[in-house]
Formats: sequence, C-alpha cells, structure tokens
Amino acid sequence: MAQAYHHTLGSRHYRFDSLAELMAKATPARSGDRLAGVIADSAEERVVAQMALAELPLSTFLEDHLVPYGEDEITRLIVDTHDADAFAPIRHLTVGDFRNWLLSDLATPETIARARAGITPEMAAAVSKIMRNQDLILVARKCRVTTAFRNTIGLPGRLSTRLQPNHPTDDATGIAASLLDGLLYGNGDAVLGINPATDNVAQSIKLMTLMDEVIQKYSIPTQSCVLTHVTNTLEAIEQGAPVDLVFQSIGGTQATNESFGFDLATLGEARDAARSLKRGTVGDNVMYFETGQGSSLSANAHHGLDQQTCEARAYAVARHFEPLLVNTVVGFIGPEYLFDGKQIIRAGLEDHFCAKLLGVPMGCDICYTNHADADQNDMDNLLTLLGAAGCTFIMGIPGSDDIMLNYQTTSFHDALYARRVLDLSPAPEFERWLDEMAIFEDVARHRPSGRLPDAFARPLSRLPEGGVR
Amino acid sequence: MSDATPTHGVTDNPWHRLREFTDARIGLGRAGTSLPTRRSLEFQLAHARAQDAVHLPLDVEALCRDLDGLKTGRPIHRLHSRAADRETYLQRPDLGRRLDEASRERLAEADEAPRPAVDLAIAVVDGLSSLAVQQNAPPFLEALTQALAEADQDWSLAPLTVVEQGRVAIGDEIGEGLNARAVLVLIGERPGLSSPDSLGLYLTWGPRIGLNDAARNCISNVRPAGFVFDEASRRLMYLLREARAKGLSGVQLKDRTQDDVIESSGGVQNFLIS
Repeated sequence: MAQAYHHTLGSRHYRFDSLAELMAKATPARSGDRLAGVIADSAEERVVAQMALAELPLSTFLEDHLVPYGEDEITRLIVDTHDADAFAPIRHLTVGDFRNWLLSDLATPETIARARAGITPEMAAAVSKIMRNQDLILVARKCRVTTAFRNTIGLPGRLSTRLQPNHPTDDATGIAASLLDGLLYGNGDAVLGINPATDNVAQSIKLMTLMDEVIQKYSIPTQSCVLTHVTNTLEAIEQGAPVDLVFQSIGGTQATNESFGFDLATLGEARDAARSLKRGTVGDNVMYFETGQGSSLSANAHHGLDQQTCEARAYAVARHFEPLLVNTVVGFIGPEYLFDGKQIIRAGLEDHFCAKLLGVPMGCDICYTNHADADQNDMDNLLTLLGAAGCTFIMGIPGSDDIMLNYQTTSFHDALYARRVLDLSPAPEFERWLDEMAIFEDVARHRPSGRLPDAFARPLSRLPEGGVR
Repeated sequence: MSDATPTHGVTDNPWHRLREFTDARIGLGRAGTSLPTRRSLEFQLAHARAQDAVHLPLDVEALCRDLDGLKTGRPIHRLHSRAADRETYLQRPDLGRRLDEASRERLAEADEAPRPAVDLAIAVVDGLSSLAVQQNAPPFLEALTQALAEADQDWSLAPLTVVEQGRVAIGDEIGEGLNARAVLVLIGERPGLSSPDSLGLYLTWGPRIGLNDAARNCISNVRPAGFVFDEASRRLMYLLREARAKGLSGVQLKDRTQDDVIESSGGVQNFLIS
C-alpha cells in the first residue's frame, strides 16, 4: 500500500498518491514522462509537487522505496550499501534544505565526498528536480570524482574525450583512419571506444587487438574498449583477448537490466575478470558503463517512475562497480523520451549532476538523432554548460557524424573548442604524450601542430598512392 | 609530406587523403581549431537532408510491386500501426508497436482456419527511413528467399506483410497472428548523415506481444555501402538455423560466425601498425 503525500497551497489541497507520483510530477517536463503517463497535469501542479518535494525529509527515501525491496536487486543494493554514518551530517535535512546545503559554502568538495555514501540515487534525483540549470552546474563543479587506469581521469580543470572511431563494417583501415584523425586532434584520453557493427565475440577480439596494437606501438597513455555485451567481453577475456575496459549499458531497475540480458552478479564477475589481467598502470578502474533517460520505459520496466529517477538509480549500479567512466548517452534515445534541444540539455545537466553527487565519473554523449527537434547549436550549448560543470569526458568523433550508429555527437573540433573557451586540458599523462609526440605545438594553449608528426608520417607514406575505390 | 600552409586562416590536414578509406568526416582541416566554413555548411546540408528523410512517406504501391516480383507465391498484406501519422509515430512508440484495428481484421480474415503453423513470417516495416525500405528491402529479400530455397532445412513462409508507421516490436503481433515460429522484421533505421538508407534486420523466435529487445537478434546497416545483401543474408541464415536448433533468439543466441569480418580496403589493413 503506497503512502500518499499532501500539499496545501492557499485554500487548495493537493494529493499525490505515492512517492513515485510526487517525484514524477515534480520533474521538469519531458516527452518520455508524458509517454509513460506520469507527467504533471499542469505547469502549476508541477510546481506544487516541487514544493511538496522540497518539504520532504531526505530520510523518507530510506523508508518509502520507489521500487519494492523484495522485487528489485537495485533497490536492495541501494538500501544494503547505504552508509548511515556518512548520512548523519545531512539526515536532518529536507530535500529543499539539501539544495540550500549543496549550494552553500558548507558543501565543499571534501564535505560532499564524505556524505556520498549516505546519499541515495532517489535523494539526488529529488533535489535535482527542484534545482535550476545553474544550480546543477554549480554543485556538480564542486563534486570531485577521480579514476584511473593508464591515465588519470576527472582531475579539476581537465576534460577528457572518448575517441569513437566507429565504422559501419568494422573496416580496419577505416577505423585506423578515424583513430589517427582523432589522436592528431588531441582526442582519446578517456578511452578509444568502438561500437562494433555486429555483436560477435570473434569480431570484438579483433577490434580489441587492433586498438591494443595502436596503444602499444605509439605508447599512448590511454585504454581501449569494445562496446559489446558484458558476456561477450567475459568470453573474450577467457580467450586471452587484450581487454582493458569492460562495457555494459545499464539501467536503474532490475527488469531494465534483464532486458539488457545481465544481472549484478554478471557485472561483478566481469569486473573481477578484467582486474585479474592487471593491465592498468596507474589504477584499476576497469568498467565503462553507458546510461540514458528513457531506457527503463523503453523496456517497459519503469515501475511507474519518471525517467530521470530511473536514470539516477542506474548510478547506484555504476558506483558499486567502481568504473573508470560512465557516459549518459543523453540524446540518442530519440524524441519520444527527450523531445527537443531544451529537454536534451536539461537531461544532460541532471544526469551529470546526479552522477557526480553520487561519486560516479560521469561524461556525456552530447548528442541528437535526425528525428529529434535539435541541432548543432543545442549541442554547442550543452557542451559549454557541461564544460563549466566539470564534466568528466565527452565523445570525439570525426565531424560529429557517427557513420555506424547514425546520430550526431561532439566532434574532435568541438573538444578543442571547449578546451579553448574554458581552458580545460586532457588527462595529464595524455597531455604530456601530445607534447612529446609533437602532436600539439603548444599544448598549454590548445594549439595543434600544423605538420604531421614524424611517428605518423611513416605509416601514412606506406599507403598506396591513388584512390583505392 | 609538406608543411601545411594556412591560407585565409584555414589549416589543411596533411592526412586528408585517408578519406579514400572511409566515409567518416576525417581530415576536415581547421580554422583555429574550429570547422572551416565549407565543412560546416556541408554538415548543415547533410543534416537538413536527413531530417527531410525522416518525414518522407513510404510509397507502399511501388514497394508492393517490387516485392511481387520476388514471386514468393504468397499474397502481400498491407498493414498499418496504431500511429495514424508521422507526428504521432515520433512521439508514441507504443502505438507504433501495435497494429490498428483494420490491420488486425485483415490478418484475421487472411486466416485459413485452423491456421497451420509456419516457420517464418517476414514483415517489411517503414520505421524511420522509408528510403531504406524502398531501396533495400526488395534486393535483400531476393537474396534471402534464394538462400531459404537452397537451405538444407525446409522453411515454410507466412504471407509477406508491409507495415506503415511501424516499430520493431510490431513484428511480434504479426508473427503471433500468423502463427509463425519466428518473425523477421526488415525496418528502416534512423537515418544518419552519411547513410539515410540503412535497413535493420530483427529476428525473434517465438514471437508474441510483449517481448523486449533481449529476445531479438539484430543485423544492422544493411545497404549497398554497408553490409551487402548477400553477406547479410548469409549471416541471417546462420541465425535462423541456430534459433531453430536452440528454440530461442536474443542475447542467449550468440553470433559465432568466425569469418574475418574485418574487411580491408584495397588490401590495406591497419596502416598504423603494418
């Protein structure tokens, strides 16, 4: 029996039948919540729900579980790993107080980090719903999350990039060409990460090997990942493949993850297997997760929750497995979940904020599809805002055009734009490499070299002259 | 390789000849570190075309004429989802996953009671790119019907269906309605800037309303410049055989074709290593 929540405004009384309904109706408008039938009935009802939510004690979320404990292993994970000692300094706060505390000078990078294990995804989602975009940016910037494998990701003043050299037929030459282009634009410190055209173990191993050979030959302080199903990567590890990071798309309910074909035990097994290879040199964060609002509804596994709350719950899964990188693929899912540029921008800021508050190394695939009402200008806006918020990493792809996945994300050029405008640098180890390889003539001023570095001139000169097709 | 000489503020990339090897937008050069004007406007044009492609309706008459030419010996049923138009379709995937009342009746009328079970139902669905379906579904099906005819096992086929404003899961209702052991959905994928014509193939064993994507196997990017029809057909036949042998599809059915699918352009492999 769900508990009801009430709010009185003037002479009018409002009733919300459950915490899920209150959370959903307090959420800034988006198409996915309308599709799910959980959106506020009016703009006024939304603000009333936000007022009611603001008065709710944070401890409510420890007692009134949005998805039943007995039905969902993610609820069990959230409840069973909650740290009461870390929660103690904020346990007396309401959601509205929590927003004030986060914005205040009491909340420093250190105090926020100490409270982390006491903050649940539902608390993070709740407070985000009553925060404006500038609040989400300001507080996220105070949250420090640093991870490491072959380099150090997430230090202040840094913005890393996933080099995404996807090719529609996984053609080795085509992938190598995009890899080279990205490296020469100073991209690829977060990961060299390929979405394979086909989910197949043998093919994944070939792509892993291809990237591993490039990393080794040019001594690049970065890591690789093939974005195949976790069970494929486990098989690849068994077959002796050079696996740096294990990938998996994750969602915020057990049923979502069942639709993705895995459970938490599988992720634990994969993390242990990847760690056993001891391929990291400066750290052992071996997981790479992707998330995105709308996946639970898409899998009909949302338990009546709004999509942003489902999304925040996915970060409980993420942080449990100590990932190197987590990426919210914010505009990929399409207009039925995030209709236009405005909704995509808001969702990107919410996801980044909630993840950072929970201690998750969040990057963002700042992206849109051709059936959404969005364009490059919307992406420029979100990129600039996320750069100011201290986003861990973004995607880097040739000319913003993913010729395999058929969507647009940030380009190699876009990363350099953000670095110049906000004076951000790549991971320190990678920055040194760009300098040593003479890929950048002035790495501090974000100025690439005008000529081809010697190390790359030789392999290019061996290519046959003239067109090959 | 000579030094790049900036003219009018644009620095060319000396590696731009690598564009011979990929459709990716590499070697674009830079103005400072930004896109040069020409490249920026080329992108805008491609985006404008892709947005237009989403809204281009499927020419069902022409498609049915092309599919008739395949001579499968079975009638073609024209169906429509519950999404009445494109605007509704884009915002209501739930409606795109179900047949409208008229289509359900049409399927039921086609019934030869009691309907005998068939091995495979094939549904051709417009999805997000009518162009992909219009151009690539007929030649792919030609390759597939030939492969099915030549297969060791017998594959009995349900009547072909063509669906407007449909999503992948609409195949579940069609397969169930036609009493098929498996359903294959050919659907237009979301158009990319460089590939407005990508066809997706989704195989589901034991189709029934309410299945999710974990129950499906997908072959993506089927088009002349992507996975060519013969290759896609060969891969699909493998999945069909495996699904039939194991009585399932989806994540539990791994694609174990051990072929070297890393194809090389003009005999060149990873030039960064060799």
